[in-house]
Amino acid sequence: MHIIDRRLNPGGKSLANRQRFLRRVRDVAQRAVREAAREKDIKNLGKDGNVTVPVDGVREPKFSRNPSTGVQDHILPGNKTYIEGDLIERPPGGSGGGGGSGEAGDGGQDSEDSFRFVLTREEFLELFLEDLELPDLAKRRLAVVETEALRRAGYTVTGSPANLALGRTLRNSLSRRIALKRPKAAEMEALEEEIRALEESQPDAVILDELKAELERLRTRSQRIPYVDPIDLRYRRFEPYPRPVAQAVMFCLMDVSGSMTEHMKDLAKRFYILLHIFLTRRYKHVEIVFIRHTDHAKEVDEETFFGSRETGGTLVSSALVEMKRIIAERYSPEDWNIYAAQASDGDNVSSDGATSQELLRSSILPACQYFAYLEVGDEGGPRAGFVEHRTTLWRTYEPVSKTNSVLAMRKVNHRRDIYPVFRELFARKAGQEAASP
Amino acid sequence: MSSAPFGTRPAGPAVIARTAPLFTGNDWDFDTIRRIHDACEAIAGPELGLSWYPNQIEIITAEQMLDAYASIGMPLFYKHWSFGKHFAQHEAGYRRGLMGLAYEIVINSDPCISYIMEENTATMQTLVIAHAAFGHNHFFKNNYLFRQWTDAEGILDYLEFAKTFISRCEERYGHNAVESVLDAAHALMNQGVHRYPRKKRPDLSSEQRRERERQEHQERMYNDLWRTLPAKTQTGKPDPQAERRRALLELPQENILYFLEKAAPRLQPWQREILRIVRHVAQYFYPQRQTKVMNEGCATYNHYRIMTRLSETGQINEAAYLEFLQSHTNVIRQPTYDDRHYGGHNPYAIGFAMMTDIARICTEPTEEDRAWFPDIAGSGDAMGVLRDVWANYRDESFIAQFLSPKLMRQLRLFHVTDDPDKPELRVEAIHDERGYRRLRRAFARQYDVAWLDPDIEVVDVDLEGDRKLILHHKVLNRVLLNKDDAMRVLQHLADLWGYDVLMKEVDTATGAVLKEHTASARPTFF
Repeated sequence: MHIIDRRLNPGGKSLANRQRFLRRVRDVAQRAVREAAREKDIKNLGKDGNVTVPVDGVREPKFSRNPSTGVQDHILPGNKTYIEGDLIERPPGGSGGGGGSGEAGDGGQDSEDSFRFVLTREEFLELFLEDLELPDLAKRRLAVVETEALRRAGYTVTGSPANLALGRTLRNSLSRRIALKRPKAAEMEALEEEIRALEESQPDAVILDELKAELERLRTRSQRIPYVDPIDLRYRRFEPYPRPVAQAVMFCLMDVSGSMTEHMKDLAKRFYILLHIFLTRRYKHVEIVFIRHTDHAKEVDEETFFGSRETGGTLVSSALVEMKRIIAERYSPEDWNIYAAQASDGDNVSSDGATSQELLRSSILPACQYFAYLEVGDEGGPRAGFVEHRTTLWRTYEPVSKTNSVLAMRKVNHRRDIYPVFRELFARKAGQEAASP
Repeated sequence: MSSAPFGTRPAGPAVIARTAPLFTGNDWDFDTIRRIHDACEAIAGPELGLSWYPNQIEIITAEQMLDAYASIGMPLFYKHWSFGKHFAQHEAGYRRGLMGLAYEIVINSDPCISYIMEENTATMQTLVIAHAAFGHNHFFKNNYLFRQWTDAEGILDYLEFAKTFISRCEERYGHNAVESVLDAAHALMNQGVHRYPRKKRPDLSSEQRRERERQEHQERMYNDLWRTLPAKTQTGKPDPQAERRRALLELPQENILYFLEKAAPRLQPWQREILRIVRHVAQYFYPQRQTKVMNEGCATYNHYRIMTRLSETGQINEAAYLEFLQSHTNVIRQPTYDDRHYGGHNPYAIGFAMMTDIARICTEPTEEDRAWFPDIAGSGDAMGVLRDVWANYRDESFIAQFLSPKLMRQLRLFHVTDDPDKPELRVEAIHDERGYRRLRRAFARQYDVAWLDPDIEVVDVDLEGDRKLILHHKVLNRVLLNKDDAMRVLQHLADLWGYDVLMKEVDTATGAVLKEHTASARPTFF
């Protein structure tokens, strides 16, 4: 008999089967994920999701007898009242059941329901972001920008005391001492003890002298062979290695003046969430900076960002100035991949146009990987992709976007437009026509 | 061999002196498992007279158990989405607490592999080892169906080969191509078994010899006079051409997968090999489908005997024995037909009840038993009879032979027929003098795979015309096929065959064609 412990074997053996299954129901899953992206509570987006798979797509047909044709036999346990020849009223729900039971006889597989399949977070996001890609990743030499990090790389004979590898050093010392036959302290003590004992009893001069000579020899030997020699010392060695930068910062800019309704903020929030999920997939660290503005701009936390509503004029440039300041202070474009999404209803003081344009052109866009301008409108307004009149801000940004593909502009009115617009903005090779509304 | 019923144990060589318990508490380690196994072995061998393949006990986690479930319990298996689907179903059921996990999975191989879960308590491990490593193992090794149809030594190697072969095909021909062949093959899996052992195929040299002998025989029998007889008209006689064609194609053929593998005109060699693999797997599991009641009955009866004996000899303490009894009674519970939990017959319950009943008939027969089972009643050697039963029967023949009136009364079985042409269901037989035999016959039939699976055969191929494949479903009791599924399977069949397929549902009684289905090949594989 053998006992084998298989617990250490990797689990997830059926992962490959799961993947094949997922590929099989990909369309269904894809649809469910898009549905979730549109309708679900934002906070739960990106957590694992249920996909209800209709039986049709994954049916495994077999030749089977149809229990509702022909004469069926049922053998049932637990008879209480019936005797031979009794007639039983057909239970409601038609055939397939004897005496009200769920006994379906053989082959009654047609009642197999569609079942729910739970996507893991990974699978959910995989489907969610299937054909999205950050534009122009290469431009920022994402693959090239690296920092140095240290990692352990064996031992060295030189180094700072802080890096002394004690265990290794003592191991060397021990083997050297054994090899060179350095006397042990205990041995010498035993010898001294013996000499003392001899001296106290009847001293045999010859033996005593021999012993003393021996002790002397051991003493000099132990002095000549030190306990720890510089030759034993070992230091832990660290080796620098290049580590790719995997960090991004996402600027959320929003006009919170009185004209921005809750609905518009909700649209904006959905867009930011999508952006955030998207970025966290690509980078190890993603930071978010929330900047709200009326006629002056301020960095705030998330709650204030979406919660507050103020009155006052609108000065878009103030937000851009704030963003520029924060970039300069904390997020050097050398180390950070910078993304920005600006949501606004498009109102701006007309005198601010030139300033904003200039800020955008000269400082913001050069630092950014991507700058998405999302013009949010009323729920009843026209659908995405169709603009009946051009807002002040739109007219400000449009010329810039014509010449700079880092800036993309879209108009959104309804919640359901968010995801398509997002997909469009971040779809592969969407760069060229990004400017047309 | 000891033959007394439980509880009353005569003094004899089989009695083991009371010893220290194998374990106390719930915890176990490898040493405990080994001691448990040895203790069970000491009972299973000398006392119960079981024989088994060498045991290999593997400890796995719950997650791995789910994995194992997903590939029909096999330790290695080729990849297919349907296993992923089953995994998802099981997992969902398990997570929502709708379904417990099996405590064990046991594989008919040599050595016999039993998986046990690390979450089990020491008592459960004992139960599982007694159940799987001795009960099932004995059944696998000795039952005639397994001996005839399965190759316990070779199965793991074969699955290894199948897995590698199919993954190579995936690399070479693409996932989709392989998947569609597997889909089609799986749909026909139940029609992919040989139901009867066949004559050995003659090899080429003996074929040659037979041909020569036939020739000589004809020459000897030749008489020129016969030539002068007027030729008969061909009406009503089978067309010899067609007969010869059918003979060459080995028609009629009920093993559709085998037929396709050999005769489908357009399949690539690798596609044929995949059909072959699926067919072998189906064949391997075919005995299991026919012996659910017996197999579980054998395992349950033996674990009960072993656990009881362990308790009697003090090798498991009372706490452990009570834990065992609780789980044992859960397993052998048979809800009545009007119970909310009723979901058909529980093979563990029927099997265990029948095994216990047979043991009773051997040792304490009543007059009724003597009349019904003259061969075994009062024979005294319960284990001997049971071992013989385990070796030589399958569910259908087992029930037809050994379901006793007493047990029918105990289970309160009754037989209801449902004729759609009549307004009411009718109670055909109950557990009384008039009903026993009819009840038993009808019950046995419910376990007859040959009766349950629709009887479908490839009957002919129009080789000179459009190569249409013709199948017959022999309809019993006017029970037709499920139309939707039949159409889907036929579509798969047509894809594999490469040309049109026609299926006729023919009434066995009258010979009338009740229904026809057709399918045309799609350009799936070619």
